[in-house]
Amino acid sequence: MPKQTTNVLIVGVGGQGTLLTSRIIAQVAVQMGYDVKVSEIHGMAQRGGSVVSQVRYGEKVYSPIIKKSDADILLAFEKLEAARWLDYLKPGGKVIINDERVDPLPVMSGKLKYPVDIDKRIANLIPDTTIVDATRMAEECGNSRAANVVLVGMLAAAINIPAEEVENAIREMVPAKALEVNLKAFREGQKYLSATLNRL
Amino acid sequence: MKKLMIGNEAIARGAYEAGATVATAYPGTPSTEIVSTFADYEGLYAEWAPNEKVALEVGVGASIGGARTLVAMKHVGVNVAADPLYTFSYTGVNAGLVLVSADDPGMHSSQNEQDNRGYGRFAKMPVIEPADSQEALDFTRLAFDISEEFDTPVMLRVTTRLSHSQTLVETGERVEVGLKDYKKDAPKYVMLPGFARLRHVEVEKRILQLKEYAETTELNRMEWGDKSIGIITSGVSYQYLREVMPEVSVLKLGMVNPLPEKLIRSFAAEVDRLIVLEELEPVIEEQLKAWGLKVEGKELFTLLGEYSPEMIEEVLLGISSRKGSGLDQEIPPRPPLMCPGCPHRGVFHTLKKMKLHVMGDIGCYTLGALSPLDGMDACVCMGASIGMSLGMEKANGEDFARKVVAVIGDSTFVHSGITPLIDVVYNQGTSTVIILDNDTTAMTGHQDHPATGKTIRNLPTRKLDLPALVKAIGIEHVRIVDPLQLDEFRQTLEEELNRREASVIIAKRPCALLVKKAPDKEFYVDPELCKSCKLCIKIGCTGIYWVEENRKAVINPNTCVACGLCPQVCTFEAIKIVEG
Ligand code: SF4
Ligand code: SF4
Repeated sequence: MPKQTTNVLIVGVGGQGTLLTSRIIAQVAVQMGYDVKVSEIHGMAQRGGSVVSQVRYGEKVYSPIIKKSDADILLAFEKLEAARWLDYLKPGGKVIINDERVDPLPVMSGKLKYPVDIDKRIANLIPDTTIVDATRMAEECGNSRAANVVLVGMLAAAINIPAEEVENAIREMVPAKALEVNLKAFREGQKYLSATLNRL
Repeated sequence: MKKLMIGNEAIARGAYEAGATVATAYPGTPSTEIVSTFADYEGLYAEWAPNEKVALEVGVGASIGGARTLVAMKHVGVNVAADPLYTFSYTGVNAGLVLVSADDPGMHSSQNEQDNRGYGRFAKMPVIEPADSQEALDFTRLAFDISEEFDTPVMLRVTTRLSHSQTLVETGERVEVGLKDYKKDAPKYVMLPGFARLRHVEVEKRILQLKEYAETTELNRMEWGDKSIGIITSGVSYQYLREVMPEVSVLKLGMVNPLPEKLIRSFAAEVDRLIVLEELEPVIEEQLKAWGLKVEGKELFTLLGEYSPEMIEEVLLGISSRKGSGLDQEIPPRPPLMCPGCPHRGVFHTLKKMKLHVMGDIGCYTLGALSPLDGMDACVCMGASIGMSLGMEKANGEDFARKVVAVIGDSTFVHSGITPLIDVVYNQGTSTVIILDNDTTAMTGHQDHPATGKTIRNLPTRKLDLPALVKAIGIEHVRIVDPLQLDEFRQTLEEELNRREASVIIAKRPCALLVKKAPDKEFYVDPELCKSCKLCIKIGCTGIYWVEENRKAVINPNTCVACGLCPQVCTFEAIKIVEG
């Protein structure tokens, strides 16, 4: 078991399902025997605001929140949120960005601009960046709402946690009727990231 | 195997294991999940009370009646419950009572960041502060014993970060403590002056005994390390500190009131530099200073907001914030906003158009204060809107009141809007009050309340009839309208504002998140008809957005729930139903 704590930062927009993702990853870390802490946001920010969940696991974890420049991986459900939280990534960390744009209010109303090519610019700054259209992949699996589980698959591949454990956690947390789609979505996500890694 | 639990679930579990049979609360972030989790344990009593004062009073009765009782609320809720709390401290308990105060440093979801450890000092009751979910469970269990042993309510003080962080917990078995015998004991429980004077003597004795207890309790512990710095801390700050300075000497306080003076002095004597690390107010620091100890605290750490590991690292180790990516200047903020289809949007759109002075209240609709709706003049605390509107009128006269409305949610109205409405009637105000009745307590995650007709366990109960209640108070003009029927809503509002009598408009439509069925139609913007006026954009719905390239509005079919608001706002009838 690595002594070092692994820090996973999951960011997105309220309502995108970041909570389920962090809970699945945390559950797997528990099953693997790690000390685990997760920090979540409830309440007002969930109404369409910028949300973050933080998962930390290792031999012994103190703080439930991740320091700036300390995240091993940043998983963003939305492009702009990836940029907002980028300072939390440690040098040499990985970024996974869902190719989804959700305009915040100042952009929708035309007051501010959604920064152009923000995902590509992140990719230029951070060599280990993967951009994925998880919503489309989830659609192909049978339900666009499983996009968060596609991202779980990618995350699992990126931080090297065993697939069976994740699948068990998904079985526990996802209602029976949505299970098949979700397992499929998970495997697709995993495959996608592994394929990208092999290309590097 | 150990389980992950958020702090709030662990507190509920601790109360369950301690044998509690009654739990009561009014929902409020970050405390809500405590009693909603307790309600999942079968065979025990759990309730949503109409407000925190009632919750605590039910708790007082249950405790005197012999049941171990858990009462939970957010920090500002304790203000509402402060009246029974201070005197309950005098009567003491029969069976143990634990009051959870969930503070919100950083104001993630609150209107202030008061530090409720102060209540412990004023009410002379023990305050216990856990630092992770395991401690939340263990300390809650122990708090019931302390409550009974010292005949006092006990405050368990937590913060948002503890309430909403999951950490590993080993659960235990429930102890069936049963009910304590109830015996009438008027000198103990009837607080009229003659009896209360005697109880005050007991309170002072009790706090001295608790001081002794604090010296030896396992709640407080010393962790020796490098003695050049010794840090006294509590709660989640302890975890941040350990994260960045694993080697320093620490006195970790689990009991933050009363403080263990001897223990602290002995710790201080061993270390070269003594520092208190506490989020928010210098509650511990000031007591140490009063004892004449040389200690640093708020000259190092801020009084503002939530702490973090990097903040402590910066202050104590001089490691300053690491270099940024340089992207941050151009990232537009993403404030929270009302959901697509939210009934409140129709109300705030209208208030803005009519240029009214809006006395606001606490709930999702407080978001109506933000751009682009910009629809609120003042918002202070639960229930304040109605009293404020009356005050505005009494200061500025009846003519001015024709431009003032109070806006309050259904749950908030039941919480503390009824008595100010009585004041309006009694003192002949002419206020116009809009009750936003969306049939739930939405902001905190959709809890039931007396006017939804369902209990905490989703069982049917007698439904509070809001129109009948308002009429019984003496309001003669009560109107019920759908806030998304803009013309009708506006006309109603104009009529009631013009009337020189008090009136209540119930803007009735369920919260958009409660509507489970898919929309029966779809809208689009006809680019031929769209005249680029942006009126529809100014309602601030994520279902419709602006495309600068061709200067047209566009509906996003994935987020629009076809509530029909923006088509009414568009004066060119450019927003149409997709045929077929
Ligand atoms: S949760 Fe309900 S009340 Fe709150 S913003 Fe959404 S629709 Fe409106
Ligand atoms: S109809 Fe208009 S206001 Fe209503 S949800 Fe759709 S875009 Fe928003």
